[in-house]
Amino acid sequence: MTLPKFEYKAAHTIQEACNFAAEMGDKCVVMAGGTDVILLVQGRVIMPEYVLDLKTIPGMDELTFVPGEGLTIGALTKLRTIELSPEVKKELPAVADAVHDVASTQIRCKGTLVGNICNASPSADTPPILIVMGATVETMRKTGVGRSFPIGDFFKGVKKTNLDKEEGELVTRVKIPALKTGEGSAYYKHAVRKAMDLAIVGVASWVKMDGKKIADCRIAVGGAAITPVRATSAEKLLIGQEYSDELLEKAAEATKNDIHPISDVRASAEYRIDMVRVFTKRSFKKALETLKA
Amino acid sequence: MKRVIHFNLNGDPMECFVADNKTMLDFLRTDLHLTGTKRGCEEGECGACTIMLDHQPVCSCLLLAVEADGHDITTIEGIMQNGKLHPVQREFIDKWALQCGFCTPGMIMSAVALLNTNPHPTEHEIRDAIAGNLCRCTGYTKIVEAIGAAAEVLRKEA
Repeated sequence: MTLPKFEYKAAHTIQEACNFAAEMGDKCVVMAGGTDVILLVQGRVIMPEYVLDLKTIPGMDELTFVPGEGLTIGALTKLRTIELSPEVKKELPAVADAVHDVASTQIRCKGTLVGNICNASPSADTPPILIVMGATVETMRKTGVGRSFPIGDFFKGVKKTNLDKEEGELVTRVKIPALKTGEGSAYYKHAVRKAMDLAIVGVASWVKMDGKKIADCRIAVGGAAITPVRATSAEKLLIGQEYSDELLEKAAEATKNDIHPISDVRASAEYRIDMVRVFTKRSFKKALETLKA
Repeated sequence: MKRVIHFNLNGDPMECFVADNKTMLDFLRTDLHLTGTKRGCEEGECGACTIMLDHQPVCSCLLLAVEADGHDITTIEGIMQNGKLHPVQREFIDKWALQCGFCTPGMIMSAVALLNTNPHPTEHEIRDAIAGNLCRCTGYTKIVEAIGAAAEVLRKEA
């Protein structure tokens, strides 16, 4: 099938890319890996005059782990690079798991993590774990001044983010804090197939234990609202309490107050509510089992 | 709009004039007449169009031809070694790992990409590597066996 006509633009610096994106506005779509963008163009969901490729910008494919600080992922770092990184597997195993849950090897060899969040699909696999890990998003704008904000502020709706289009704002990197002693995290995806399937729901948990007490925790859910959401009702029940299976059961039940799932071809809203309950328990327990020593 | 791109195709340097909106899949099949790469879903779901971009398996339906500028492209036509079938191709034949054959080139490209970086894959790793390649005829058992057997052949050759 022939793609609709567009002009391909290869960016050479991030500043040039921001300027071009700001100038062209809706006439331009920005592409990193392109595994979502080319699909949207092919399906005529978007009909851009320009496809702006960021892959031609040097130095934006970093993947650096600094012990005690955390992981920096560039805008052009491929999902496959992250999932295969021995450091990511060792230091942030739940991030490696969530990245591996995206699509297939072929897609992960081309697609990027930053592209996965910028596509802002409600059921995407990487946002829940990034949210619970307390990741930070860094951007650049046409003014030459970027922003840095918690990833929780990023998602604004289906395919909508807080990036300022008029400023040509683009994500340059994502930073994930390292796990400290007594902290653990996990992501569990519920899908019919093991690969190449969108999540019915996906739940990520992060926990900080102080002996038997839950000193702090975060739970985030994908596929159960127009954006990935924090399950704050569940978190409130858990924080400051001594862990027990009964307490987790109560907290998992409370997630229904935080989500607004729809019924669609993959599952009914009722089923999603019940599965968020189940997968909250699984991911929280796995986070507890994988506390950093 | 059209532009000139330079890339390596199966080891040979190429200079081509391509339209911006042409996918690598279309370019290979209609311009270069390399029809070993198959047109399947054109949505990155089925893996029939799998090729290698800088030695990594990718869906050529989700790759613009212009994106190949300055990169290495390998297709199923480029994996024979010294005029002989690649061990993965040989084992697919010997182990009856195909029926209609439509998924086979993509399946083989995923398998070769795996074995290039992982000479000792477990069955789980083989299945994971071809999870993005759909076969509607044989089921996957024979395919997994063929890839495992090819890994063994390659280890002996090394």
